[in-house]
Amino acid sequence: MGAIYRRELGSFFNSALGWVFLTVFYLGAGVLLCLFTLVRRTADMAGFFSWMRLIMVLVLPLLTMPLLSEERGKKTDQGLLTAPVSLTGIVMGKYLAALTLYAIGIAIFFLYALILSFFGAVTWSIVISNVIALFLLGAAFMAITLFFSSLTENQFVAYIIGLGILLFLYMFDWCSSALQVWSESLTIDVLSNIFSGLSKAMSSVSFYTRIYDFAYGLFDVSGVLLYVSTAVLFNFFTVRVLEARRWK
Amino acid sequence: MIEVKDLTKYYGSKLAVNHINFTVNDGEILGFLGPNGAGKSTTMNIMTGYISSSTGQVLINGVDILENPIAAKRNIGYLPEIPPLYQDMTVKAYLNFVYDLKKCKLSRKSHLEEIFKLCKITDVQDRILKRLSKGYRQRVGLAQALIGNPPILILDEPTVGLDPKQIIEIRTLIKKLGKRHTVILSSHILSEIQAVCDRIIIINKGTIVADDTIEDLSKAISKSNRLTVRLDGNREEVLFELGKISGVVSVTADMQREDSLYDYEIEQKANTDVRKDINAMVQRKGWNIYQMQVGEMTLEDAFLKMTAGEVSPVIVHNTKTDDSSNTSSDETSEKTTD
Repeated sequence: MGAIYRRELGSFFNSALGWVFLTVFYLGAGVLLCLFTLVRRTADMAGFFSWMRLIMVLVLPLLTMPLLSEERGKKTDQGLLTAPVSLTGIVMGKYLAALTLYAIGIAIFFLYALILSFFGAVTWSIVISNVIALFLLGAAFMAITLFFSSLTENQFVAYIIGLGILLFLYMFDWCSSALQVWSESLTIDVLSNIFSGLSKAMSSVSFYTRIYDFAYGLFDVSGVLLYVSTAVLFNFFTVRVLEARRWK
Repeated sequence: MIEVKDLTKYYGSKLAVNHINFTVNDGEILGFLGPNGAGKSTTMNIMTGYISSSTGQVLINGVDILENPIAAKRNIGYLPEIPPLYQDMTVKAYLNFVYDLKKCKLSRKSHLEEIFKLCKITDVQDRILKRLSKGYRQRVGLAQALIGNPPILILDEPTVGLDPKQIIEIRTLIKKLGKRHTVILSSHILSEIQAVCDRIIIINKGTIVADDTIEDLSKAISKSNRLTVRLDGNREEVLFELGKISGVVSVTADMQREDSLYDYEIEQKANTDVRKDINAMVQRKGWNIYQMQVGEMTLEDAFLKMTAGEVSPVIVHNTKTDDSSNTSSDETSEKTTD
């Protein structure tokens, strides 16, 4: 696992991918920071963090897209799968490498907060809990996109599928709140109840609902559980995909 | 030691490997020969644990590759058909990665240096893999298989795509490795197997059609006596006269060499020599012999014959009277199952 982790991390920076990821991420984050804090002359980073979630959707599949699809496409997986390492070791090595790069990306938010603290009062609890929330949400999302990377041989296909899934999850939350608003405007009680119930059901499984507590600086255990268990579950699925492929 | 027991592999409903059994003893160099698509790579991929078999078992030094994959894989160095090289790494970085991946316990510096030297890649160790020529890539592929000094080496078509000089180099290297490792190597080129291996398994359509030492196989094959005679004279008449000679099983004349000169291919009964009779007949008729060759079936012919699944018109090659005639072993066992 250690060898694979180190190789993947090195590979991010040997190829353009790691740099592209960090560039896009920092560019996005920088623009958002200007728009939501500097231009508005405020040290409140809440708006910044909420928009960062959209940037994440765009850049996270970049990190996981080549990890398994490329191995398969270029037949390098034969080296890994015939080496004395477990499938779990292979998947975890790759996953943790992507997670590390992501952590390097979001670590810059502390620097942003530090800069802002020279101009106004920064609520550090909100900054810290938001960074933790973004990290956990990213961990869950990366496990999902890594799973899709294991299903294809082409990294661009992996990116598009990953992007599609993350956008869907992002929209899912919007749909749920739109449904809630709509149900309130309905005059027929039965329909109103149905849609409001549907909206509640959707928001309870939505990945983003639980992040709102974090956004206000509250530590939500159920949220942590949801993100961590999603990450574990999808990594487990990925291992199963690799295992199943041997039997085909 | 590798034991392959009753191995079967289905891809969907297609049977790729059909109840294969064989054992490779320690220190043996085994050649795995077959046409493209015969099931060589599939068998090797199963033996190395890359894919699993549908039924059957592979034991690597007594350890089942499916039940205890990590322990079994520790004994194997594998060079797949396409070397598993990460194109963006340098040779040195890649081999260091493989060293870590295999959790090698040998001293890193001296072990890697030894492998660099053995595979002759010391000069390119700082170059990026994607810029290397095919020959060097193959050598790096071999180097990664050697890391950790595994007792068993499985090499899938190690010389494919190399130039003649590189082929000789790789062969020499494999022979050298055979002294310290058990080697299984696959190829669809017979001369390669002949040059390197002690024992040969011919596989066709997923089934083993021959499993023997090269010497015994050549010997079994060379028993079929064939003769090529170039004669003048009327073709029909010559065919008739040759057919009359006792000991001649069949005569064909497919090749016209010059005007009214034909090559007659004669199959004679085992342990007979019809050359004198032919000579006498030709003199009696007033014809002339322009050329006479005793053809022995080469391994190449045998391979074509076995993999075609039938006795097709056998081409008579230029004579090659070096091996097999002076070996002591009389036991010939050509196991043709189809």
